[in-house]
Amino acid sequence: MIFVTVGTQLAFDRFVGAMDEWCGANPSVRVFAQVGPTKLAIRHMEHEQFISQERANQLFLDARIIVTHAGMGSVLTGLKYRKPVLIVPRKASLNEHRNDHQLATAKWLAKLSGIHVVWDEKDLASTLDGLEHIQGGAQISEFATPELLNNLNKFISE
Amino acid sequence: MQLLRLRPAFQDHQVEYVCTNESNQIDVTAKMHVVTDANIWQKVKLIIMFMEVAWIVLKFRPDIVITTGAAPGYAAIIFGRLFGAKTVWLDSIANHDELSSSGRHAGRWATVWLTQWEHLSVENGPAYWGKVL
Repeated sequence: MIFVTVGTQLAFDRFVGAMDEWCGANPSVRVFAQVGPTKLAIRHMEHEQFISQERANQLFLDARIIVTHAGMGSVLTGLKYRKPVLIVPRKASLNEHRNDHQLATAKWLAKLSGIHVVWDEKDLASTLDGLEHIQGGAQISEFATPELLNNLNKFISE
Repeated sequence: MQLLRLRPAFQDHQVEYVCTNESNQIDVTAKMHVVTDANIWQKVKLIIMFMEVAWIVLKFRPDIVITTGAAPGYAAIIFGRLFGAKTVWLDSIANHDELSSSGRHAGRWATVWLTQWEHLSVENGPAYWGKVL
């Protein structure tokens, strides 16, 4: 199963449309998408606008691969469960976000194992066609770096 | 999500959470308050959210406020400061090229203003104490 998520704040129709098209061409692959506040007519892909945290967690666990915008919540959860995370960053020039922090985020995330960035939605289909070769990374810690935790703990206990 | 990765830093203390989505309760055993989600462009929602956060801070009277943003975190920093708490603004790790706009404003109110990127830390601006990942 492929779990697709765009976060809860904004629609991301360029991405959702490309995913829906790929689903139309690949009906044998199970896909579930959380698509946010979209007005797009989605034809081929099982989807909901919003889902509970509990359901999302289960989908993250069950998925073979996570396909998402460059939102830290989705990316961190995917990495925590050692799933391959395929990222399509939002662009401010297309009104997909208020600024281009997702492009910057995707740039540094791309260096981590288990992260695969698709810069152009036109390349999404060919990337997903090679699905079986997309690997997850090593497990990340459930918590922040010891450096940050120690510094915060010191401040709290002062 | 980033905030939850900080849990070991405050595990020995009494903690209450504030968030905008009630289904996040499954991630924490501590008490969680849900407030209205609002961004800077939604003025009415923003005012309601600020009042909700003010009420929570007034009732709970925290010694410490820690937030990773955005608008509700800003409100918590302001009311935390007014009611005598030490406050920490940890800018999201997503802000690699520049600080978030909420961070630029809220950071000045916080006792400790942090970025997760060393290259963004400056004198009289955010400090770098480490990353959530």
